Amino acid sequence: MTPAVTPYPPGRGAGFLRVLHAEWTKIRTVRGWVTGLLAAAPMMVLAALLAGVGGNQEGAPPVPAGPHGGPVTDSFYFVHRPMAGDGSITVAVSALTSSIPKGPGDLGPGTVPWAKAGLVIKAGTRQGSPYAAIMVTGGHGVRMQDGFVNDTAGPPGPVSAESPRWLRLDRSGETVTGYASTDGTHWTEVGTARVSGLGSTAQAGLFVASPPAVRGGGTAGSVSTATFEDLHTREGRTGGHWTGTQVGARSPSFAGYPENTSGSFTASGSRITVTGAGDLAPAVRDSLPTGGHLRDLLAGTFAALIAVTVVGARFITEEYRDTTIHLTLAASPRRSRVLVAKAAVLWAVAFAAGLVGTLLAIPLGERLARGNGVYLFPVSSATELRVAVGTAALLATASVLALALGAILRHGAVAVAAVLVATVLPCLLTALPFTPAGLSKAVATVTPGAAFAVQQTLVPYHQVASNYTPYYGYYPLAPWAGFAVLSGYALASLAVAAVLLGRRDV
Amino acid sequence: MRTALHAEWTKLRTAAGPRWLLLGTIVATVALSTAATSMATCTAGGCGGDTTRLALTGVCLGQATIAILAAQTIGGEYGTGMIRSTLAAVPRRGTAFAAKAVALTGVVALGGTAAALGSVLAGRLVLPESGDRALSLAGGPTLRAVLGTVLYLVLIGLLSLGIATAVRDSATGVGLVLGLLYVLPILSATVGDLHWRRLLERAAPMSAGLSVQDTTDPGGPSLGPWAGLGVTAGWAAAALLAGGLLLRARDV
Repeated sequence: MTPAVTPYPPGRGAGFLRVLHAEWTKIRTVRGWVTGLLAAAPMMVLAALLAGVGGNQEGAPPVPAGPHGGPVTDSFYFVHRPMAGDGSITVAVSALTSSIPKGPGDLGPGTVPWAKAGLVIKAGTRQGSPYAAIMVTGGHGVRMQDGFVNDTAGPPGPVSAESPRWLRLDRSGETVTGYASTDGTHWTEVGTARVSGLGSTAQAGLFVASPPAVRGGGTAGSVSTATFEDLHTREGRTGGHWTGTQVGARSPSFAGYPENTSGSFTASGSRITVTGAGDLAPAVRDSLPTGGHLRDLLAGTFAALIAVTVVGARFITEEYRDTTIHLTLAASPRRSRVLVAKAAVLWAVAFAAGLVGTLLAIPLGERLARGNGVYLFPVSSATELRVAVGTAALLATASVLALALGAILRHGAVAVAAVLVATVLPCLLTALPFTPAGLSKAVATVTPGAAFAVQQTLVPYHQVASNYTPYYGYYPLAPWAGFAVLSGYALASLAVAAVLLGRRDV
Repeated sequence: MRTALHAEWTKLRTAAGPRWLLLGTIVATVALSTAATSMATCTAGGCGGDTTRLALTGVCLGQATIAILAAQTIGGEYGTGMIRSTLAAVPRRGTAFAAKAVALTGVVALGGTAAALGSVLAGRLVLPESGDRALSLAGGPTLRAVLGTVLYLVLIGLLSLGIATAVRDSATGVGLVLGLLYVLPILSATVGDLHWRRLLERAAPMSAGLSVQDTTDPGGPSLGPWAGLGVTAGWAAAALLAGGLLLRARDV
């Protein structure tokens, strides 16, 4: 079998098209390669199936959603009474202390930067109902917050008996304005919030919340106690008829109180002491552990990655092995063209297979997961599309990286291992509980595995302390920046491969 | 068998590839382990979790080069057609295959020991005193972790040899082995149901086998250290059996 070899005629565009066509014919006609590339799609679907049917949350309490549609933590201790129509409420906070369990049943003092104590006007005690609040925090000064996601900074500094903070909330229709003061007479406006849906009679009063403290790679529940004085509403000083309620006592986004503690309030004279746990904030992956997210449904990406990597490397190393590379280069003496044609064909086929996989896997996985009662972090269709396209592009680019390394090393096994170690191992390392956070962030930034950032759908919030690490689905790089890292590696390797291919004696 | 073993040993000894891969294993393992330990935050109480396991993190990387080395011992022969000469010289294919496995075991054990000891030594140099205490080889659990790590690497080598023989290609073999090692744990992490997740974690060759490195709370949710390594051994045995049977049944 000695095919006659005619070098392609010089002409620029037509010549490249013929090389492209030749490479397309090669990839199309080798059964193993076609199977390998197309297998990417069923692998994605199978993994989505596994993830979709693998969890079952039926019968669990529903996840509260805020006015913005996202999941929230709306669990805190609320000392309240009805406020009909417009009104104003004022209080002084003279102490806020937090405790974190050191061991089972052993509570010790600790700092919880986002522990909150202050005033809130809320439509009701139902979880997720609209509100506006002004508060002192454990480590971030006075804040005005509303709608769970909005946060405005006020005067900084901690509170103590020597330097208490006066807080005031004024409601006028849908507008709530928050003020802070250090003496109770000179007020500074902290912020204004438009809160729709407060209703004609809202609940107004004191609240204390204490989110879990971030420790090591996890979190520990905390509880906080605040001392309030001089509580009065526009109608004058009040006492007696305040009700204490634990809002959202049973919720998937609330880990509950540490052992042997509970929410409470006691009043003596003009002093009210309130103890509470929980938070009034958007829920993140850490605070809603039962919530699933899009990335979980796309775990098949890793299996598909292996398939396209093996094909990518073999697409060139096989030619070295059975010496078809001699024919290929004889037919097209401009060697770098061959490499570009190979890369283009490979990228296109792998991208198409990957895109079919993601477009089938995402809706299937979502449907199965929701059918099992699993709450999925909401994702806009634009983001969903970005994840689908980005994942397909990730697969295609990784296979081109394998092709380039295969051309450089002329050794399939080493090229495959190099790509897999560079892309999959970082994800595995970040998933190990004992991996230091620094290492985890470093590998998700500099290795080609950074490209998995295209699957990020979760949003970090500065006002929620949490483990924003790749393990929980928060990547240090923006989606397309992460993809650019992988593309950079692929392009650089292709360039090196082109130079070597040109220089070397096949 | 002796001549077959001698032949395989000569092949491994004289080719440049295995030597570089073995050296690569040691360097990669020690380098990643050192990076992991140097980024750990240590207090007087310890270094956040299992210090020994942290100091041996590099095995995650080192096993990849071992997989290449092992797959290459047979896949390379298929690639160059040398397998025909090998089987012509030793017509009993089972013997030829066993000789490969034994020679490979020796080489990997050698490299694995250097990699594991190097990692622990690097950990002792990098970590403050509290880390030193945890990494003393006089301590039974640490010694067991080091020994187990060497055995683990040997088993990964044999697993890779079996799979590469079955698929007759080193690139595909390495892809499949790394799929088993790296992807199974990631897939199992997405399963929400705790029972199934545990089952998958206990069945996956990497997550089960590396439990031999646990020095704090061995057991826990995982299998015991030796039972975990047994799971990996099961995978390696199955792969060797499949590879051996296919080698006997097939026309090269």
